[in-house]
Amino acid sequence: MSTQVATAEAGFLARVSRFSPPRRYLPVLGTFALFIGMFGVGGIRYDGFADPQVFLTLLLDNGFLIVLAVGMTFVILTGGIDLSVGSNVALSTLIAARTLEVGWPVAAVIGVVLLSGTLLGTAMGLLIHYFDIQPFIATLAGMFLARGLCYLISVESIPIEDGTFKTIAFGSITLPGGYYLGWTAVFALAVVAVAAYVLSSTRFGRTVYALGGSESSALLMGLPVAATKVGVYAISGLCAALGGLLFALYTLSGYSLHAVGMELDAIAAVVIGGTLLTGGRGFVVGSLLGVLVLGTIQTFISFDGTLSSWWTRISIGVLVLVFVVAQRVLTRR
Amino acid sequence: MSQAEVKPPPPVVEMHDVSITFGAVRALDGVSLRLLPGEVHALMGENGAGKSTLIKALTGVYTIDAGRVRIDGVETQFATPAAAQRAGISTVYQEVNLVPNLTVAENMLLGRERHRFGRLGPIDRRDMNRRAAASLQSLGIDVDPGSELGSHPIAVQQLVAIARAVDTDARVLILDEPTSSLDADEVARLFDVMRRLREQGTAIVFVSHFLDQVFEIADRMTILRNGRVVGERLVAETTQLELVQLMIGRDLQVLERLDQAAHEATEEAAEQRLPVLSALGLGRKGSLEATDLTLYPGEVVGIAGLLGSGRTELARLLFGADAPDTGELTVKGSSGRRLRSPRHAIDRKLAFCSEDRKAEGVFEELSVADNMLLGLQASRGWLRPIPTATRSALVKEFMAALDVRPADSSLPMRSLSGGNQQKVLLARWLITEPDVLLLDEPTRGIDIGAKTQIQQLVADLAEKGMSVVFISAELEEVLRLSHRLVVLKDRRKIAERPNRGIDINDVLEIITGEPGGVAEKERADA
Ligand SMILES: Nc1ncnc2c1ncn2[C@@H]1O[C@H](COP(=O)(O)OP(=O)(O)OP(=O)(O)O)[C@@H](O)[C@H]1O
Ligand SMILES: [Mg+2]
Repeated sequence: MSTQVATAEAGFLARVSRFSPPRRYLPVLGTFALFIGMFGVGGIRYDGFADPQVFLTLLLDNGFLIVLAVGMTFVILTGGIDLSVGSNVALSTLIAARTLEVGWPVAAVIGVVLLSGTLLGTAMGLLIHYFDIQPFIATLAGMFLARGLCYLISVESIPIEDGTFKTIAFGSITLPGGYYLGWTAVFALAVVAVAAYVLSSTRFGRTVYALGGSESSALLMGLPVAATKVGVYAISGLCAALGGLLFALYTLSGYSLHAVGMELDAIAAVVIGGTLLTGGRGFVVGSLLGVLVLGTIQTFISFDGTLSSWWTRISIGVLVLVFVVAQRVLTRR
Repeated sequence: MSQAEVKPPPPVVEMHDVSITFGAVRALDGVSLRLLPGEVHALMGENGAGKSTLIKALTGVYTIDAGRVRIDGVETQFATPAAAQRAGISTVYQEVNLVPNLTVAENMLLGRERHRFGRLGPIDRRDMNRRAAASLQSLGIDVDPGSELGSHPIAVQQLVAIARAVDTDARVLILDEPTSSLDADEVARLFDVMRRLREQGTAIVFVSHFLDQVFEIADRMTILRNGRVVGERLVAETTQLELVQLMIGRDLQVLERLDQAAHEATEEAAEQRLPVLSALGLGRKGSLEATDLTLYPGEVVGIAGLLGSGRTELARLLFGADAPDTGELTVKGSSGRRLRSPRHAIDRKLAFCSEDRKAEGVFEELSVADNMLLGLQASRGWLRPIPTATRSALVKEFMAALDVRPADSSLPMRSLSGGNQQKVLLARWLITEPDVLLLDEPTRGIDIGAKTQIQQLVADLAEKGMSVVFISAELEEVLRLSHRLVVLKDRRKIAERPNRGIDINDVLEIITGEPGGVAEKERADA
């Protein structure tokens, strides 16, 4: 009945409105649109906001969070959660700072940090899978454990004086047009790329999605459920350790009160990025966009100058809510 | 064991004296089973007899409490289904056990996918889709292998699960109720595949509640009752009657009752009353063309049609589970308001028993009683709890009416066999005493005894004034129960007529063509 109206104006608009991307990409596209929109508004309202360097600095300032969010994406895709990553970051900064202080070579420092982070993740994964403990509980325990270990290493903040670390921390690559991108940001983007490849094109990655779809079915299909489930927590631990290294580079210190509550930022970024908390649907690219949206809010507030910083929290809260509701609506048929 | 005969090949699988206990329930009690290469072996038994449990004991889903399993003469106990698969035992478990959020091709080939640029390269999706398409073709399914599995109806999903299992060169293929939501055509194609595999020497286990299918395809059968083996027979030397007797351990009452139900359904319902539900041009893009349907109190309308004809889609539209693009739906004539949501539909005393019990119906961790009362509670609103006495009375009544076993309503739902879970779901909607009951494959996976009981129950309810929309892939059942028959084809209603003197062949004729005759008759009916 109303079809005649539609065919009447078969112009560009009609074609645009008829184009519909596969449903599973909608949340990510939504986040992308939001990010672009925020940058647009910022560019109109504040001088210098639209400068590409602002965007590049955003990547640098949030490199560690990007890496955390990548690890968190793996876990959430299986339908789990990892609350320990914030503490794991703090522990990693402390291990790095302390081992550097006593004169370990940089390679060994990095090795031991990555190893300890991955071990913590793996241990939680084993608990979750073999003892059937809820991810929330197991990683909550991991969170307290890691934070406690921090105090065991040092109550005070330990500065990092190492030359190599400083070089990396301040190093950047120069882009055409005189813009520059910090090495840590480049590294974070590389992590995103690797993770995207693993999730979309490897058996492990596809099994992650299968687990999120239905764990019991995945088991009956003969997929390696145990290895995959433990694997995602190991990956999340590894990402937390990597994030910890980036955070140590960012702050040039190790401190037991670093990264308090950062796990929640990571979860928020993943959710805003369109990944379903119940698992099975989502993309790492979404999580990257999620982090960028969170970062943009902060940039907004610092450009404005009159807004207080708690507006960041409030807007994050609102955004998370909006996205969860939007997902509900989208996934309902 | 006569030695004059040709010596049979040694069994691939031998299970000896296997027992499994769940809490107080002894699901398997000293069960033995042997599978020979190149045979189709039917596993028979009532709902809850232990068929699925036996299969899961073999394939490493459950650990056996006692007994031995030998594969090729070597004692084995698989730790996981994956281990069984590696040993060449490929299984389609009861219910569709695939993941809805991956593509059809991934569901078929995940774990056996090929990679580009060597083992460490990315998964070759193109190759995956091609292989999937090829093996789907051999089962006669036409779906896009790149589409999401969850977007397809249960029957297609079931076929995909079968394709996944058949596609491996397994030595043992286990099919637990693979035909429960398939049409005759798909069953025939599945049987072709099974025959081919049998010739190649595969040992096939086949579970089904359709006796005709079993007698058509199986060579030998093992019959279970209450977790025990009550016989191993050659199909050629057994009659259906003997089989039923073995299965239920009682007399032939079941078959007699079947006939009774048939007689009662042929009686006419009065059509002069006001309709309870009428759909005018109800349709939805991509799922059903504009369809008219009127439902009078006390009548059973059967929906016939092949897979993909729009059966389920019609039910979902009537219930408001999907929003229609076009048309009007009026419930009880009076208000003329459109149904906007399932909730709304429940308030108007509509009930919908979905075909997809795994995804939409069963709450595995809740007790049987809670699962039964969920519908009633929802229709009362959550603020008005059902009095305890009423609860237990209702639960008791329906446990008995539908013969749910074990008869303990406090058990968690997941501990019930597939058929018994289906009975509980039915009870959930019957308890709400709806005016209109939409049943989509209500007897899926239910054994013949219980099936008659359920058909009887539906007939009784209709007699008391309830209107029923009855959808089933099993045409016999639709014809036996319904007063009026609606035939769907290609997502369109192609015929509607009183169920008077129609038999299966007539229905098939309507579906497959003879356009002139059909259209004329239809006009005469209208
Ligand atoms: N996980 C479980 N926990 C407790 N009891 C169970 C479990 N699985 C099955 N049972 C019980 O074991 C018995 C056998 O169940 P099973 O699923 O093997 O039956 P079935 O023969 O496959 O029946 P159907 O035809 O309905 O599928 C039933 O009494 C059932 O209640
Ligand atoms: Mg079963």
